[in-house]
Amino acid sequence: MKQFLGIPLAVFLLIAIILSGCVGEQAQSEKNKTDLTVFAAASLTGAMTDIAKDYEALHPDVHIVTNFDGSQALRTQIEQGAYADVFLSANTKHMNALRDQGLMENDTISLFARNKLTVIVPVGNPANITTLKDLARPGTRLVIGTKDVPIGDYARQILKKMANDSAYGSGYQDAVLKNVMSEETTVTFVVAKVQLGEADAGIVYESDVTPENRDKISMIPIPDTFNVIAEYPGGVLAQSGKNAEARKFLSYLTTDGGQTVLARYGFIRP
Amino acid sequence: MAGSLFIHGKTGMGRRLGAGLVVGLLLAFILIPILALFFRISLAEFIASFSDPMVWNALVLSLVTASISTVTIILIGTPVAWINARHDYPGREIVDTLIDLPLVIPPAVAGLALLMTFGRTGLIGGFLYGFGISIAFTTLAVIMAQIFVSVPFYVRQARASFEQLDPVYEQAARSLGSTTAPTFFSIILPLVKSGLIAGAIMSFARALGEFGATIMFAGNFQGRTQTMPLAIYTAMQGDIDASITLSLVLILISFMVIALVKFQLRREVRC
Repeated sequence: MKQFLGIPLAVFLLIAIILSGCVGEQAQSEKNKTDLTVFAAASLTGAMTDIAKDYEALHPDVHIVTNFDGSQALRTQIEQGAYADVFLSANTKHMNALRDQGLMENDTISLFARNKLTVIVPVGNPANITTLKDLARPGTRLVIGTKDVPIGDYARQILKKMANDSAYGSGYQDAVLKNVMSEETTVTFVVAKVQLGEADAGIVYESDVTPENRDKISMIPIPDTFNVIAEYPGGVLAQSGKNAEARKFLSYLTTDGGQTVLARYGFIRP
Repeated sequence: MAGSLFIHGKTGMGRRLGAGLVVGLLLAFILIPILALFFRISLAEFIASFSDPMVWNALVLSLVTASISTVTIILIGTPVAWINARHDYPGREIVDTLIDLPLVIPPAVAGLALLMTFGRTGLIGGFLYGFGISIAFTTLAVIMAQIFVSVPFYVRQARASFEQLDPVYEQAARSLGSTTAPTFFSIILPLVKSGLIAGAIMSFARALGEFGATIMFAGNFQGRTQTMPLAIYTAMQGDIDASITLSLVLILISFMVIALVKFQLRREVRC
């Protein structure tokens, strides 16, 4: 019976030792570097990974830690106390929400990229979708974002615009939304479902069609009259303890170095 | 070290204090977060959330799918548990272990595995799609994900209940001329009823809470595949009140589940 308390204590101590060991190790390997935590919209995954690599090469004293998710999810995380130095949103709505709560350094907020939307279909095009009208055909398996994730919000704006056009008709939006088989919380999940061939079509950003996945998905462009321009604002968090470093990274995004990478992924200059 | 004091302390006082501390800490760690949810929302907001179709749809979908899953599990799991409890056959232990696999497989892995099997391009799904049948991203997929992850809870409990039952009852019934099926339904089933119900409730609870496999295999669509946990996840990024309301509903159901299981199992011990 004397062992009774020993076991939980031993487990507790073991966990404590392991945890402290982990922390110690991490602190050691990055001890001479400044960690910059960047919360970036999921659509920036490819571009921002490359930019972070370039930036680290240019600034060996900086280590970029990225966290990619839907902008609305990142916003919630920040609101609930997650630490970040820089927030890169895929729409102004979520950035403004954080700004209005006093969580951003207001003077740092600026656009660094724009994007357009497109319809994608898996290679082979199983549902034979050739025009945007086909999205309204009953039985089409369509994937879009939830109403909170920027890509889902933009997609609904486009469908609304199209429904207001006599070429598509007022029933178009409802007919398309009826075909939605899943609402994803990040654009990357939408791309994945189409790429896997599980969906017939998805509404994503033009920047989501990359040289890597061009053999798995193809684009059906959305004409400019209906398309929306997605605006990507970036900003430094008020809580950032590395304000100067964070500002420097943010301004790098609008330099030729940053813009070249963004353009390679299909983003448009701000 | 404080540890040595607890273990080698001569007085019972120190030991009791230590025991109280450990129990109290664990209890606080479990209960405070649950209570915290209740403090984040007023009763009026809680009630108002139910007018949100997302909340309502998720609640109905969850209850319906988890019920169907549970009934399916009972229908399939009961004979399996009975066979494994009463009949010895080569590989029985392996079968038992394999049925337990979903308990240890991470739900996200289960979801991906189901998608790779029943998805449109999957092992079986690809074949079915040729006949115009698609399973992934439908309500059926929600039910399949739930069955996959929750069936071991029932089968384990059912097998244990059957094993605890003295075979003398069946032998007596058979010696009195009763055949297999009537013996099972009129003699055995009533005797293990409590255990089976407890197992079914556990499976139901697990099915109700299913998240990872569902979002990967069935997707996230309000009214069709967006169950309560998926709605909680989605709403947390938009309408946090809806998220908390659904969480509170699930907590209340969980409390009922625990109470019911304890009650059922106690009844079984008594008889």
